[in-house]
Amino acid sequence: MDLINLGIKSIFIENMVFAYFLGMCSFLAVSKKVPTATGLGLAVIFVLTITVPANWVLQQFVLKEGALSWLSESFANVDLSFLTFIMFIAVIAAMVQLVEMVVEKFSPALYGSLGIFLPLIAVNCAILGSSLFMEQRDYNFSESVVFGFSSGIGWFLAIVALAAIRERLKYSNVPAGMKGLGITMLITGLMGLAFLSFSGIKI
Amino acid sequence: MSNETAEVVKAKPAEPLLSKRRKKFVADPLVDDNPITIQVLGICSALAVTTQLRPTLVMSIAVIFVIVFANLLTSLLRNGIPSRIRIIVQLAIIATLVILVNQVLLAYVYDVAKMVGVYVGLIITNCIVMGRLEAFAMGNKPWDSVLDGFGSGLGYAWIIMVVAFFRELLGSGAIFGFKVFEAVGISNFPTNGLMTSPVGAFVILGLLIWIQRTKTGYVEEH
Repeated sequence: MDLINLGIKSIFIENMVFAYFLGMCSFLAVSKKVPTATGLGLAVIFVLTITVPANWVLQQFVLKEGALSWLSESFANVDLSFLTFIMFIAVIAAMVQLVEMVVEKFSPALYGSLGIFLPLIAVNCAILGSSLFMEQRDYNFSESVVFGFSSGIGWFLAIVALAAIRERLKYSNVPAGMKGLGITMLITGLMGLAFLSFSGIKI
Repeated sequence: MSNETAEVVKAKPAEPLLSKRRKKFVADPLVDDNPITIQVLGICSALAVTTQLRPTLVMSIAVIFVIVFANLLTSLLRNGIPSRIRIIVQLAIIATLVILVNQVLLAYVYDVAKMVGVYVGLIITNCIVMGRLEAFAMGNKPWDSVLDGFGSGLGYAWIIMVVAFFRELLGSGAIFGFKVFEAVGISNFPTNGLMTSPVGAFVILGLLIWIQRTKTGYVEEH
């Protein structure tokens, strides 16, 4: 039950885009058409579901204070948490590469549609951000799986919805200085306002 | 931006440290080629930390530091970095600098470090930094790269300071934590809760972009 609530919370209430502004760069840049937005969204779900638990393992068994004590008693005082950033980003970059190769090998069709987006994802702040939130909030393993997956879903929803709105925007008369980024920011603001109404939902 | 990458700068020993050409590196990103409002980079942290001015100032300084030194290091190493693995090398340089910044923040301004939290770590994936390394520092001399990084950092900093100014003023009626409206005798100024929520950030930045683009005459094609 707690896991379901965590899922709902990270999809709707604490949406990556609308509550934490994570992954805004690609959110704004790749949201011009629905199919590409869908592709990138799926890739983000995929990578988040893998990297958050992977970083959890790294955090618990290598980086945390005393985490190395499984190696030998003498490491019980070692605290490597200052290395968190560089280790997390290394894991993410490596995972993205690995996922890309696996997908290319086993599912060429999926690779065809996700392929170009995968390298982009390594520098998407939603991915690193989720791992950092996972560390900050002390999730356990199953929580981190659910958190990674549902954060991805939330991001996916946001980018597909925005792309759908922007496709219709072509037919509207937007002031010259507002075109593109300006109006997209305002739309994102309004979508954020709509998402505020989800706050407090619980099962 | 594309001009800069194509142009291979010929260094003459006599060129002054701040020649006209070099001043352009600093001046251009401030208005005409602003990283946030024109190039649409680094939006995440621009919005997330701007509920108050103090964390925003800290964040600006952190980003300027990281971008200047990342540009310098990349530029010094540029001939030794194999192009196939350059992204990883750049990420490693940036991550190292960000770790330094984070440790300093934790040591000296602990409360702000807690407030900006994960967003300091997210400087690593800030597209402005990556963008400048990729587009400028990989092909230019160290001092030029330092100036370019400084310019982009400042361009980023002034935009987020403006956003933070309005969000703190309207959202909590204060500037740098100083209650302005109470000081001038308006004790019941109605603060706007939306400004402290994410929605306010989107709207303020959207309007700011509108104003800035109208002034510079930049129009984005659909």
